[in-house]
Amino acid sequence: MRSDPPKSDDLPRLPLFEQAGSRRSFIKSLSIAAAAGSAALTTGCIPSVEAAGSEEFKLRWQEFFKKNYRLMTQEEKDATVRRLERLAKLRDGLDIQMTSHPPLEGVLYGYAFNITRCEGFMECVTACVKENNLDRKTNTQYIRIFEMEPGQLDPSTGDGQYYHEVPVENKFYMGTQCFHCEKAPCTKACPTQATWKEPDGIVVVDYDWCIGCRYCQAACPYYGRRFNWGKPEVPREEVTHRQHYLGNRIRPKGKMEKCTFCIQRTRRGRLPACVEACPTGARVFGNLLDPDSEIRYVLKHKKVFRMKEELGTQPKFWYFID
Amino acid sequence: MRPLHEKNLRTFIIDVAKWNLRGGLGFQLFRLLLLALIGLGLYAYAHQARYGLAVTGMNDIVSWGFYISNFTFFVGVAAAAVMLILPAYIFHDPDFHRVVIIGEGVAVGALVMCLTFILVDLGGPLQAWHLIPVIGIFNFPSSILAWDVVVLNGYLLLNALVPAYILYCHYRGKAADERKYRPFVFISIFWAFSIHMVTAFLYQGLPARPFWNNPLMGPRFLASAFAAGPALITLVLAVIHSSTPYKIERTVFNKLRLIIVVSAIINLLMLFSEVFKEFYFPTHHSSSAVYLFFGMDGHDSLVPWIWTSVGVNLISTLVLAFNPGKNNPKVLLPACFFLFIAIWMEKGIGLIVPGFLPSPLGEVVDYLPTWVELSVTVGIFALGVTIITWLIRAALIIEQDYAGY
Repeated sequence: MRSDPPKSDDLPRLPLFEQAGSRRSFIKSLSIAAAAGSAALTTGCIPSVEAAGSEEFKLRWQEFFKKNYRLMTQEEKDATVRRLERLAKLRDGLDIQMTSHPPLEGVLYGYAFNITRCEGFMECVTACVKENNLDRKTNTQYIRIFEMEPGQLDPSTGDGQYYHEVPVENKFYMGTQCFHCEKAPCTKACPTQATWKEPDGIVVVDYDWCIGCRYCQAACPYYGRRFNWGKPEVPREEVTHRQHYLGNRIRPKGKMEKCTFCIQRTRRGRLPACVEACPTGARVFGNLLDPDSEIRYVLKHKKVFRMKEELGTQPKFWYFID
Repeated sequence: MRPLHEKNLRTFIIDVAKWNLRGGLGFQLFRLLLLALIGLGLYAYAHQARYGLAVTGMNDIVSWGFYISNFTFFVGVAAAAVMLILPAYIFHDPDFHRVVIIGEGVAVGALVMCLTFILVDLGGPLQAWHLIPVIGIFNFPSSILAWDVVVLNGYLLLNALVPAYILYCHYRGKAADERKYRPFVFISIFWAFSIHMVTAFLYQGLPARPFWNNPLMGPRFLASAFAAGPALITLVLAVIHSSTPYKIERTVFNKLRLIIVVSAIINLLMLFSEVFKEFYFPTHHSSSAVYLFFGMDGHDSLVPWIWTSVGVNLISTLVLAFNPGKNNPKVLLPACFFLFIAIWMEKGIGLIVPGFLPSPLGEVVDYLPTWVELSVTVGIFALGVTIITWLIRAALIIEQDYAGY
């Protein structure tokens, strides 16, 4: 839901950092002290004197005043993506390739989880953490796997902390993650429209627009959202370089994040990392609008159910039994 | 006092500052103590700004903690000013007319505290401008948090500007024109109810949290606020009565006691109704209440907290209702104090934290605020007290002076 049409005419186009002529003069007109002060607050630490006039500082300044992703023109999206790439290089020496790929036409993503097949190996969790550059310090995980007793179908009755050899006789396993609800309570709650459902059904967060109030997290009935309580830490050699603006780029501190169905992969026609990693084939992902897709086959021929159906959130994530 | 013809808006501000900077040794020490506590809060907040909310006790399961608990409670304190405004301005109650300005001062202080609690709870405080309409995106009317921003700031304006206008008129030795401020008083009465209902809806509107998703939430918020708020105002009036030449009539205290008793009894009745619903036939949706009152999976940090709160609440309500000391302030003032504390315990931590427990996936953790949260909170309390004392001191000097004309 857009509140305003993009005001690209009366606002200056965000130029690329190489040709930041008007911006540069704008910045120069501000006092250095005020600028350095805001930079100090932005990162929470005091920059060195020479950093105040540096390229990094200018990029961060421009990043600070950018718009909500949904109000950006394609040029503005390209510009911010290039700034973020450059900042990753300047700050961490990382050569990342970021995109802002739009949703594919005629696609609505859906997911199905085969509780007969899953044996609780958690390869999906490892792959997800790696692919999505999740914080290693606090061990952030989008996917949770619960070891379930027979006779139960609600993950809250299962054990989400198991640490032993799997599969265990007479137990079964259920995975949870963000269910990308059609009627998502989280997007309704957000006071700044920093999170929304994309046309291809993926619920995303604009990490730079999020103010970190965590109302969406309180509103989510599935524990689908994770907050960056501190600055996320990913070892340099483990960073996934192919990133998406709305996907697996390394999040700033104090912002909400969540599963994006690996938007950086799926919008290029690839499978999410968890689906690809699953050794038992318990995970099915595909286009709900394509009658020949595997997900449609599952929905048509298997007995499926969704979690907390009574809440009316309409998750696009089904469990099924072979 | 300056001669009347020299008084203008500039001297008004200068005089208010001057009156507040003067004072005896005790008063100056009090001010210094508040300043030191604010400094402590700032120090702790700087630490939090640098390392993120990771330095608090919050986590992905209990994602709101001490800050939001205090925010929720002080919204109630702010709303309670209406219990003085309504009789004073609408029914022209002469007793309340003399003290209404004090109630409004308390409301302003409470609101500043509320807004500060929200600000310190944000993960990205520098992005707070994204909330401002036009330069940001305001998700109105979909997000209840957006509604809350509107009602809290609106109430702050109403509660600051109406008394400021009246005081400024009195400062200049003129009667305030009732036709000018009466419409705003009317608005502020409805607005007081709205700030509390909207804040309750913030929680009540979340089907994800059965403990909060309860239609009694809003009305119970009001009842508890109309007990805790006037209890605090009673204590403030008692301090003013004993430490300044501005004397408060006995009848004011008696009327406030009635308001507190009625509200506290309604509050307890609703608490009983909630407890009955949760425990007569416990369902999955009762697990938060089970965690709160009895503990769960070996986690029981809130159990002594909530039983203390309920016990103290019950005893102070009975004391206020039966009035054993025959209006003896040595009985009633401690009862007000303990009632205030009991409701703070219950409407703060006792309401917010169990809403998150167990998590939607059935996990239970214990939440304990860290030194950062405690220090920041103490700093915000000190800020609130500073604002309240500044406003009330100025108001009392002006009112006494005006009474002499």
